[in-house]
This record gives sequence, structure tokens and C-alpha cells, in this order.
Amino acid sequence: MDLSADDKREMYWMMLLARRVDERAWVLHRQGKIAFHISGIGHEAAQIGAAFALRRGYDWVTPYYRDLALMLALGYTPADFMLSLMGKAAEPSSGGRQMPSHWSLRKANAVSHSAPVATQTIHASGIGLAIKLRKEDKVVLTTIGEGSTSQGEWYEGVNWAAVHRLPVIFIVENNQYAISVPPEMQMAVPSSADKACGLGLPGIMVDGTDVFAVFAAVSKAVERARKGEGPSLIETRMYRITPHSSDDDDRTYRSREEVEDHKKSDPLLNARQTLEKEGVVTGAQIDEMETRAKGIIDEAVKTAEAAPYPADDDAAYPVYAEEVRRG
Amino acid sequence: MAEITLIEAVRQAMDEELARDENVFIVGEDVGRRGGVFRATLGLFDKYGGERVIDSPLAEASIVGVGIGAALYGMRPICEIQFADFIHPAFNQIINEAAKMCYRSNGDWTVPMVIRAPYGGGIGGGLYHSQSLEALFTHTPGLKVVIPSSPYDAKGLLKSAVRDPNPVLFFEPKKGYRLIKGKVPDGEYTVPIGPANVTRVGGDLTVFSYGMMHYYTLQAAEQVAKEGIDVEVVDLRTLYPVDRQTLLASVRKTGKALIVHEDNLTGGYGAEIAATIAEQAFSDLDAPVRRLAGPDVPAVPFSHPMQDWFMLNPAKIAEAIRQLARY
Repeated sequence: MDLSADDKREMYWMMLLARRVDERAWVLHRQGKIAFHISGIGHEAAQIGAAFALRRGYDWVTPYYRDLALMLALGYTPADFMLSLMGKAAEPSSGGRQMPSHWSLRKANAVSHSAPVATQTIHASGIGLAIKLRKEDKVVLTTIGEGSTSQGEWYEGVNWAAVHRLPVIFIVENNQYAISVPPEMQMAVPSSADKACGLGLPGIMVDGTDVFAVFAAVSKAVERARKGEGPSLIETRMYRITPHSSDDDDRTYRSREEVEDHKKSDPLLNARQTLEKEGVVTGAQIDEMETRAKGIIDEAVKTAEAAPYPADDDAAYPVYAEEVRRG
Repeated sequence: MAEITLIEAVRQAMDEELARDENVFIVGEDVGRRGGVFRATLGLFDKYGGERVIDSPLAEASIVGVGIGAALYGMRPICEIQFADFIHPAFNQIINEAAKMCYRSNGDWTVPMVIRAPYGGGIGGGLYHSQSLEALFTHTPGLKVVIPSSPYDAKGLLKSAVRDPNPVLFFEPKKGYRLIKGKVPDGEYTVPIGPANVTRVGGDLTVFSYGMMHYYTLQAAEQVAKEGIDVEVVDLRTLYPVDRQTLLASVRKTGKALIVHEDNLTGGYGAEIAATIAEQAFSDLDAPVRRLAGPDVPAVPFSHPMQDWFMLNPAKIAEAIRQLARY
């Protein structure tokens, strides 16, 4: 699939919007307006590259907590995110039940996930099985951090898809840290993509700071899956520029020099350089995008701040499907 | 009305549900060509094919997790855990995923699935083919926990479980698979999840039990009837959510309660029933609430004398009834 200039500008815009939304969350945290934020800064290229390779709203996604950019590309809005950060009732993932960044968006086929890692990997294979049983041509994309590929449930999920040749794309966002633990303490192979060899599916490693490289790799995997040729495992490699979360202090386990050095490979910067070189965007257009993003985010914060909290006894429901109240 | 065994009832329920709804499928270890190690799925692979009766890899978390994924997509999986003792690797998927999905997504995602697992000892199965694990799951809102004690209930309740929009744990008393026989109607019927069943009407005291112990309790009640003790027996059937109304009505009538279960005593399911009675029927009691349960050792030993020491039987239950009747 070839990308038009419009597609490329749209991809850049989504990356930029995700970055600015994420940065605003950090500001709100410093201002004491929100209690918690877990960041996806540095992951935008991998997530947007993957999202654009899907038929969004048709294909299925089981995401993980760093996927702000992916979720925005699927239709989750900056206002939705601000509502979630503030625990407001209209937050679409859980109505304020889950912590921020525990995504769900039914209308986009993005499935609710928990915090114990790799549980969503098996769900992706179950969805893939259902698609195969119904003989449909949808695919499932699931994401995860590299540390979580140590989990037994991750292997079980990938194994299922490989054995049954299910239409699943397993994306690993290898950002070099599982909170404080580096990849060499998680795995004895250089890349989580190498694990595919032992499970019987293609394993691909791609530069996760290059949105177009990720798009190309995931598109190929999607095509394979849609044709019934089975799953793929793709490691996208980037660097986690921020601490694990707003509760983490990364100075205890990595140097400032290391972090500064990796800022040079910022995916947003990479995409901008590529697009400017290709003549797809101009500085003026990017300035316009920045203004637009700021306007959207200012409005989102205002909306979220004015929005009501859930009623306290909303916490009693819905434990069972019979209790679901459709508005 | 044909007389069939409990396991035939389980098989008939699955057969009829597979025929009724194309979204229903079975997944588990050896459920395919082998027909299950207990033969619960015998003949279903030949009748419905390998796409609807699926032999899973030997990994329990994935049996449940794949079921969850498929259920999210709209399928109706029946997941078989070969022995309840092997359910622990799937604990995370059951407790953190299936049970919490509806609540955590504010009702956007529900998990209509059944997890079947043979439970219980007295069959020479040692520590890891004998466990009773209901108490691990009756502490978890979002799940329903069902244990049948007769072929009629096994078939009717399993059909209800398949049609239920929530995750249902269905524990089957494996010692009773071929031992317990009973009449079932020839045509379609279901037994609702929820209501307990007064299986013997009496006036002196009430025994609450379920599964294999309910079968033994009825035998014990016949024994003591010859001695002039008139026992009421309540088969709880659905352990969670429990039918408080029926159990309180019975104990208010008889004034004495004995709870019998095979699982060990401390923190066992009987504690919840005892607490409910103490809180809500205290002034109707003529004696302290009694519990007769398995001993507080890790699980059922293999060697026959030790197994017999662990296991309850009609004689032990009859003795507990006599003691309570004398109070």
C-alpha cells in the first residue's frame, strides 16, 4: 500500500497531536490537577505506523497502556483522554473505573485491557480464532512492551496464533526499559522478534522511530494475515524518553546523558525531517498544526474540567451483563 | 424420560447447544478426537468437526484467554479445564480478565463463556486430580459459580450457563460422573442459574450442600430418617450469586443448620453460608451453625487409607446430623 502526501501529513499530524496531548498530561500532573500519567512519548511512530496499516474501525486491536497515539488514531479523542486523566464520568474506556491509559473503545473494536501484562496477547488470539471460525477477513493487532514478552501468557498467546495460523499481528514496543529493567535482563536474544523463531511465525525487527518503516512492515503483516497466511511478530524499537510513569524517578537507574542522547532519535523529529526533505510538509504547515493541536488540547482540558464526576454509587455497577445500562 | 448418568447429561447439554447456536464451540485439552479424558465430549468432534471442538495446546491460561477473546467477538465458548486442579495457571485470566471485563469497561465488553472443570476426590487422584476449588472463585464478583449434583440439573444448568451473558464456572463432581444417575426429559429444558433447590423436605434440621456431597447428604438423610430424624436438604446448585432467600427460609423453618462440603474447612464456602445464617436468622436458631468439611490439609492424599480419612461420606454426614439433632 502506497502512502499519499495527504496520508503522510495525516500521520505526522496524529504523531504531533499525541505528543502534545501527552506533554499536557505531564503539565497537568505538575500542576496537581491530575494524580497519574503514564506516557507514550517516543512511541508515536510505532503506534501511528501500525494504526495506519489497519482498516481502522473494521480490524480489531488489543492495546496496552502506552498506546495513546494508537488510540487517538482509532478515534479516541484528546477530550476523552483528559476526562480519563481526571476520572470523569464521560470517560469512554471505563466511565472512570480504570486508571488513565487503560484503554477501551468499543466503536473502534479496541478491547478493554488490565494492568497485569500480556493478558491481552491471548485475547488477541481468541479474537483471531473467532475471525477465522467465521471466515472473515479482519485482522487483530495487539501491542505490548518488551519486558512483558517474558510473561508466560505472552508465549501462550503467540503460540496459539502460530499453531492455528490466526490473523494476528503481535507488535512489541521495545523502549529499552521495563520500568527500570533493561532488555538484557528480560531476554537472552538480541530482539524479541527472535522469539518468533521458536514459536513458528515470522519475526521482524523495525526501527520504531521511523513511522514509514513501521507502516511498511505492519502493512505486510496485515496483508499476510488477511490472506489467511497467519500471524507475524514485529518488534519496533524506540527509547522511553520519560520515566515509566508519573510515580517513577528514572534518575535512580539511568543517566541524564543517556536520556539526552536518545532525544536525538525522537520519532517526531525523524518524521519531520523526512517529510520536509520530500517536500510533503513545510515549516508553515507544521506551525499551523501546532496551533491547531494547542487549540484542541486547551478545549479538551476545559471540557474535562467542567465535566461531572460519576455519582459515587455508580461504583456498584455493572458487575454482570444484566446490569448494563445503555444510555 | 430417560435415565442417564451425570456425564451423559453434560454431553447432551453441549451437543444440543452446539446444534442450537453456531457461535458455541468447545476448546480444551483432548476434547477433540479423544472426546475428553472423561469422555464428556465423546462424539462431538465427529459430529461438529475440528473447528467447533478444538484441541488446545497444553496451556490452561490460553484455554481461558482464547475463550475470552472469542467471547468478546461474539462467540460462546465452552472452555474445558481437564481437572479443576489445573485451573490455577488460568486464574489470572478468570479473576482479572473474565470477571472484571464488564465492570471495568462500564458494560461495553462482556464475556459470555463457560469454564467447565471436573472437581473433587475419592477417585484415587491424589493431590492434583482431586481438588475442590469453589471457594477460590466464589469470592469474585463478576463470575457465576455453578455445581450440579444430578443429571437433570447438570444438563439444565449447563445449557443455561452456555446462554448466560457472563462468565460461568461450572464445576462437575467427577466422582459422580458415572455413579450418579437420574431421569431427564426427552425434550428441551433449562434450569435457571441462581435458585437453590430443596431436594428433601424435613422439619428437624437443614443440611446445605452441593455437588457430590449433596448426593451423599441425601443418602445420609435416608439413614437418619430410620432413626426418626427428619432432615431437610437444600442443594445450593448456584454458589455465586447464592440464593439467600431459599436458604434462610429453610433454616428459619427448621432452626438448625449443617453445611457440608468436601473442600477444606477454613475459609471454605460454608463459612459464607454460616455467616449469612448468623447475620440474618440468628433469632430463629435452636443450635449453633455447624460445618462438616474436608480437613485443613493441602489436598487429598493418594493412598486409600489417607484418602478415606480425608473424604466425607454418607456415614460421616449422618453422624454430624445426629450430633446436631441432639443439641
